Amino acid sequence: MESRKATVRLKADTTHDRFANVVSGFSRTTAIAIALICAAAIISAQTGAPQTPIKIGFMVPLSGGNAQNGRDILNGFLMYLDEIGYSAGGRKIELIVEDDEAIPAVGLTKARKLVERDEVHVMAGALLSSTGYALAPYITSMKIPMVYPVVSADDLTQRRRSEWIVRTGWSGSQPNHAFGEYAYQKLGVKSVVTVALDYAFGWESVGGFERTFLAQGGRIRQKIWVPISVHDFAPYLAQIPRDVDAVYALLLGRSALQFMRQYQEFGLKGRVTLIGGGTTTDEHVLPFMGDEALGTVTALHYSAALDTPANKTFAETYRTRYKKIPSYYSESMYTGGKWLIAAINAIDGRVEDRQALVEALRRVKPEGLPRGPVELDQYGNPIENVYIRRVERVNGQLQNTVIDTFPGVSQFWTFDPARYLSEPLYAR
Amino acid sequence: MAARRTTVLDWRTLLAWLCALFLLVAPPFLSAYWVGLLTQAVILGILAMSLDLLIGYTGLPSLGHAGFFGVAAYGVGVLSTTYHAGVWTSIAGGFLVGTLLAALLGLIVSHVRDVYFLMITMALGMVLWGLSFRWIPVTGGDNGISGIPRLEGLIGLPSGPVPFYYVALLVFAACMLLMMLLVRSPFGLTLQGIREHEPRMRSLGFNTWLHGYLSYVCAGAFASIAGIIWAYYNGFVSPTYLDLTASSELFLMVTLGGPATLVGPVIGAGAIVILKNVMSAYTARWLLILGIVYIVTILWAPQGLWNLGKRRSA
Repeated sequence: MESRKATVRLKADTTHDRFANVVSGFSRTTAIAIALICAAAIISAQTGAPQTPIKIGFMVPLSGGNAQNGRDILNGFLMYLDEIGYSAGGRKIELIVEDDEAIPAVGLTKARKLVERDEVHVMAGALLSSTGYALAPYITSMKIPMVYPVVSADDLTQRRRSEWIVRTGWSGSQPNHAFGEYAYQKLGVKSVVTVALDYAFGWESVGGFERTFLAQGGRIRQKIWVPISVHDFAPYLAQIPRDVDAVYALLLGRSALQFMRQYQEFGLKGRVTLIGGGTTTDEHVLPFMGDEALGTVTALHYSAALDTPANKTFAETYRTRYKKIPSYYSESMYTGGKWLIAAINAIDGRVEDRQALVEALRRVKPEGLPRGPVELDQYGNPIENVYIRRVERVNGQLQNTVIDTFPGVSQFWTFDPARYLSEPLYAR
Repeated sequence: MAARRTTVLDWRTLLAWLCALFLLVAPPFLSAYWVGLLTQAVILGILAMSLDLLIGYTGLPSLGHAGFFGVAAYGVGVLSTTYHAGVWTSIAGGFLVGTLLAALLGLIVSHVRDVYFLMITMALGMVLWGLSFRWIPVTGGDNGISGIPRLEGLIGLPSGPVPFYYVALLVFAACMLLMMLLVRSPFGLTLQGIREHEPRMRSLGFNTWLHGYLSYVCAGAFASIAGIIWAYYNGFVSPTYLDLTASSELFLMVTLGGPATLVGPVIGAGAIVILKNVMSAYTARWLLILGIVYIVTILWAPQGLWNLGKRRSA
């Protein structure tokens, strides 16, 4: 700039005529420069905000006993973000991952960190119901849209729902309502003993099953509750009368593996049909089971063996990428991610408008999900297919073969939502 | 020797005052996130000091101390949500239930010492955890109790993290002062005597059982205070407040910071809160780093950070 002024002055000294030329030339350059700068400024003012990345805060347990499930959820999300090249609505996506350690207070601290320090636009994640409930008041007070891909506590989209929380997963009793009817009508089961983990997820699953099963005329002989830290099922299996038609088991992780093994050792396998909630034979434990798991019938909104083009592509890609079969946890945040990105695209990336984002989250209906068609009800819970799956060995590997499908199951099953909500939540 | 001790004392005092000044002045200039972390550090600082009364001053290693913290938090949770009690009723209720529980359990545990004390307090801690987990009509089981109203609003302060922080800091300062007076009182000196040589104290005519018992109750009372603020800070209560992990982390805060110093455990609490949160933002292997910190401390500062370079009188 300085040298240019000097040049101008030098030239101005020569002749009067040239001086005028130079001045006009100079002012023309200046004018163009100013115009360009202004234009640039205007463009950047218009697009400046959308040029900054969309920040997504994500939390699941990545350490402790639930780390594997948390890792699966994260894997599904990373896989989807890779597919779309980390961009949506014309903006880059920045993902911030936090470990909630499966401790509600830690989850809340991490949520505060994501919202107040990282200033994320939207959050996703959480695995345990306790964390889900602990975050809800904070999310509502901060007005941050959040996607719950897994947390299944019924009341989060029922009696204690928040307008800022959108659940793309399921509610605990949802597949079990369908399953109670199926067990009585199609499996011909008339009397059942339930063995379930003694916490909210167990109560709600068994509660849903019990309700429709009893309505059909079935009979629950006994409900056995096992502590979540259970190591040995012997005292519980010994209580099971041999003349019941079926045992309904709701377990997950290590407890599911242990149960299957001991069920066979106790001579129950082959004598008493084993049915259960979807997590009992979910793909997060299925590869570690043996023949003792064969024939178990369970209900869930997903199966890795689901025979649809969308799921085949998903399962195959996941398998290549992570060297294992996708569990329902893996699928949860693939779908959750797809959901979130669809909502961001629907509002052209203007995630600063949180109200618009949460409305879009409730409105969008992404296509081609691995688990089949999904849409949200007005309470923020998905209406989706429930699959009845039987454990079979195909090509040497165990899988949850889908043997029947209940299409478009709502969290209220066939009941009237208003009446359903006036009744108490399922408990022991 | 004397000169060296003075200088050692000096850097310690200076550091303590600097920390105090920082805690007092800095928060309005910090982001909400950091104020939140400091609030946590201050609340857990009260809890760590209360455990220091047992571990450091009385020589009673408790592995169930988070129990009182959690029970008081549940007191606040149940009273303020299920019964819609007022703020002062909830606070008083939480304090009473925690302290009375300490008075009750103290009768059981104060007969034993050393490793037996460790085991029995651990067992009682597990019982309390089990109760919080299984007494579903009252505690809500695994899901806990959420929806505890904000404390600032209830006591007429503007809402936000900074006012809440100063409430917590005020309580912290009051608790610290009380505990400092306690450990310097004849009662506190007797406790330290018991820690050093109980038979001798007994032969001098002290009722060592009663002293141990009262120390346990005091520690329980201060832990309850911390639990009350914690419940209001998080707005919910869950069984993880009083599980074994919580109790052992608390134990580590005291041993990391330096037992029998009061200030040390506060430093330990602050260090752990900040290390955990800052590190986990950068690496998924933060537990590894935390583990290394513990090991390094045990190897090079077995008496805790605050006692570093201080020669402990035998």
